Amino acid sequence: MMRYLPLTNDDRAAMLRTIGVSSIDELFVDVPEVARLAGPIEGLPNHGSELAVERHMARLARQNLSAGEAPFFLGCGAYRHHIPATVDHLIQRGEFLTSYTPYQPEIAQGTLQALFEFQTQVARLFGCDVANASMYDGSTACWEAITMARRITRRGRAILSAGLHPHYVSLARTMARFTGDQLDIAAPELNPGVPGDDMARLLDAIDGETSCVVVQNPNILGHVADLSELAARAHEHGALLIAVVTEPVSLGAIRPPGEMGADIVVGEGQSLGVGLNFGGPYVGLFACADKYVRQMPGRLAGLTTDADGQRGFVLTLSTREQHIRREKATSNICTNAGLCALAFSIHLTLLGETGLRDLAALNHAGAVAAAERLARVPGVELLNGPFFNEFTLRLPVDSAQIVETLAAQGILAGVPLGRLYPGAPELAGGLVVAVTETTGEEDVEALAEALKAELAR
Amino acid sequence: MSMNNEGRVTRPENNERATAPATFTGNRGLMLEEPLIFEREDHGRTGVDFPAMAPAAGRLAGLERHRPIGLPGLPEPEAVRHYTRLSRQNYAIDLGLFPLGSCTMKHNPRLNEKVARMPGFADLHPLAPVERVQGALAVIHELGEWLKALTGMAAVAMAPKAGAHGELCGLLAIRAAQEARGDARAVILVPESAHGTNPATAAFCGYRVENIPATAEGRVDLSALEARLGPDVAGVMITNPNTCGLFERDMRRISDAVHAAGGLVYCDGANFNAIVGRVRPGDLGIDAMHINLHKTFSTPHGGGGPGAGPVVFSAALAPFAPLPFVDRRDGQYLLVEEATVGDDHASSFGRMAAFHGQMGMFTRALTYILSHGADGLRQVAEDAVLNANYVLRSLDGVLDAPFAASGPCMHEALFSDSGLAQGFTTLDIAKGLIDEGFHPMTMYFPLVVHGAMLVEPTETEGKATLDQFIGALRSVAERARQGDPSLKAAPLLAPRRRLDETAAARKPVLVWKDAELPQAAE
Repeated sequence: MMRYLPLTNDDRAAMLRTIGVSSIDELFVDVPEVARLAGPIEGLPNHGSELAVERHMARLARQNLSAGEAPFFLGCGAYRHHIPATVDHLIQRGEFLTSYTPYQPEIAQGTLQALFEFQTQVARLFGCDVANASMYDGSTACWEAITMARRITRRGRAILSAGLHPHYVSLARTMARFTGDQLDIAAPELNPGVPGDDMARLLDAIDGETSCVVVQNPNILGHVADLSELAARAHEHGALLIAVVTEPVSLGAIRPPGEMGADIVVGEGQSLGVGLNFGGPYVGLFACADKYVRQMPGRLAGLTTDADGQRGFVLTLSTREQHIRREKATSNICTNAGLCALAFSIHLTLLGETGLRDLAALNHAGAVAAAERLARVPGVELLNGPFFNEFTLRLPVDSAQIVETLAAQGILAGVPLGRLYPGAPELAGGLVVAVTETTGEEDVEALAEALKAELAR
Repeated sequence: MSMNNEGRVTRPENNERATAPATFTGNRGLMLEEPLIFEREDHGRTGVDFPAMAPAAGRLAGLERHRPIGLPGLPEPEAVRHYTRLSRQNYAIDLGLFPLGSCTMKHNPRLNEKVARMPGFADLHPLAPVERVQGALAVIHELGEWLKALTGMAAVAMAPKAGAHGELCGLLAIRAAQEARGDARAVILVPESAHGTNPATAAFCGYRVENIPATAEGRVDLSALEARLGPDVAGVMITNPNTCGLFERDMRRISDAVHAAGGLVYCDGANFNAIVGRVRPGDLGIDAMHINLHKTFSTPHGGGGPGAGPVVFSAALAPFAPLPFVDRRDGQYLLVEEATVGDDHASSFGRMAAFHGQMGMFTRALTYILSHGADGLRQVAEDAVLNANYVLRSLDGVLDAPFAASGPCMHEALFSDSGLAQGFTTLDIAKGLIDEGFHPMTMYFPLVVHGAMLVEPTETEGKATLDQFIGALRSVAERARQGDPSLKAAPLLAPRRRLDETAAARKPVLVWKDAELPQAAE
């Protein structure tokens, strides 16, 4: 007996009779003989009880050092925030968890209204006119934005900021190799005051062939910039500004990219409601100006009325999408990140504007205090001028070595730039440190003391 | 009149049928209407509290956000109520049969949810030092080994985030492999019955798409395919079992023909649930296939994701698989990514997403696989196919099954709208099923059948549920055949009647705009 299979052997026999065959094998007659397996695949274990499986998985879980067990300072595109218990409770309601993409709107108004609210929240957070119902994650949303700019401008040259997350750059590189898009790429530099910032290069590089400039704010090294001049320059040349936000909590404190003139704003929504999850699933955020909505990828929930005149919601503008347009679709995306979008939306609804601003202020204040404390460790240099909740330290040694040593002591010290930029020895001293509301003063003190001890060796 | 000793009436007093009058609230008993969060008047509230904080000098260099954002906040009791009320307007697998063909809406075991939330998995940063995440890497590796064994393939890429992303992964590997041997090709062949994602994916990575026709029995036309193969054809994308619910009998011959012409074979594995444990795609000459963990391996669909779409590769494509991947050496798990790849995997087509894939889906899928084991997974395929054939045969004479003579169906049963009364459509049957308390089947797909209705019951439905569904579908289909005008009004019993999709698309309202708030953009 297997606990997820309700049919009994009597049921199976009766159903075979109704079908008019004598055995289950007769239903697989169309499988070529060479490919028919006579019994369960050899070398694999048979079914396990709930207790046995849970034990096995728990044993694997215990072999990891989770963020909550250690002084923890990792960021670079994935942030640890406190998620109210309500969020996880609500997304586990079966009506959300076990429903499908809302193709039958009469019995999916819960999902559709939640997505409409999500779209509105994201648009307002980013300072844009409209947002879609989510993408897989920030990195894939970023590439989709680049292809959207190509369609809008009919140009194929994208300029990527040196401060863009290197995984996002890698992905764009992978795709551009096959699509023929040209990418203008540069590695970041550890310039004191403005690490990773290459505003002058970007302003210079924009020309009449440029489809878009892609800039992350705050950038991979934590630097925060004003994008207004870049937006103006891009627009002068008929190009679009794409802004990337990997830490949406920052928008409780910082002017949003839409307000600075960005045409498309994409982001990683993981910070709100979703959790770290070792890298996924996350939720891609995608917003833009009204005039570009028909070039957007992904699902869109829209307002309408039903046969009785009651307000309701449906998936709309689907003539952009693969199931209608096939090879002419704006994207191949189908399943996106619905449940993560819901978690994001619930968390933001609990916060509200007041809570989001408080949360952002708390993150910023904690990060400023931590940066100042860590900069007092002999040999450690703080590179950032303006930053939000993440900053870059320069150590006199390879930071990857230090991170490994501290991890063995139970301190998760930050992201060493050597891991993100393996080909750039000049960046090897860089350590990106993130501080959120979950970071305690005692954690900062533990890191400072451990750094001091290691650097004194 | 009966009363209890308080004087309260304990029997219904009026047994006549009555229609409910309009209510003051718009609610109808347990069916509760819920406004948007933006329509509440009391902005400025919150459901989260933070410790008090000493004011400190900021370092935002004049980039502070001053204008109102326009985000309403709800205290916890109201937030719980808002989302609970919304949830009750959804149909879900937890409520009943959800027979969307090609979507595999099977039961989502709760042990999966419990495991995915263990802090050792859920509270783990993707860039944490690999020595401290050995258990997480073990999960990815162990799941990958299962997927390879179940498909009989040489390698696996765990990075893709959903089925369509998996298709992209497979096609990128095909392009990279052919370019590596100096043989860049421009065309991908796709059957007419394919999922829309197939042609969209091929176009997304720069291929031209051409259709291959189907035979009258609902399978790929092998001779038409062979006639089209040539030096410009990079490969084919075949769904097997196909979207007509049939096994592609000629799959081995298709693969051989494509390989002989220098092409490669991509298999859309959306329908793997029908054959898991009974057929290994590797034995059919497949070079790449994605596996929707949210279909075959029971991770929840969540109202539209997240999914996960690992891709298995043949030995020919294995060297071109994306970064990062997990490897095991000397009992240690390694994460092979840009910083650690060296020259070992120089042919990889590169990275296709940030970080290492949908870990939260991997823990769930592995939990499910270990629960079923090799024997249980084989039973999954058998029961899924049995249930679908039972539905197919039980509707003989009521709904037209265009490929009933083409052999047994696999995990889904396909019907057409042939035989319905003038003016009655597949849509009417779907909406009629809603009033019967069932989610409708996939409708108007695949495109090769007029008014297609694709029913996939899955193996997690018992016989009594199937019998009730069959009875309901027979009843609704009869109404459509006889032209019952009341069916045109369905659904009458759902939270909403039919919605005006044309109006929604003509003047799209995609975000809420409230008049009193200053709009941020200008």
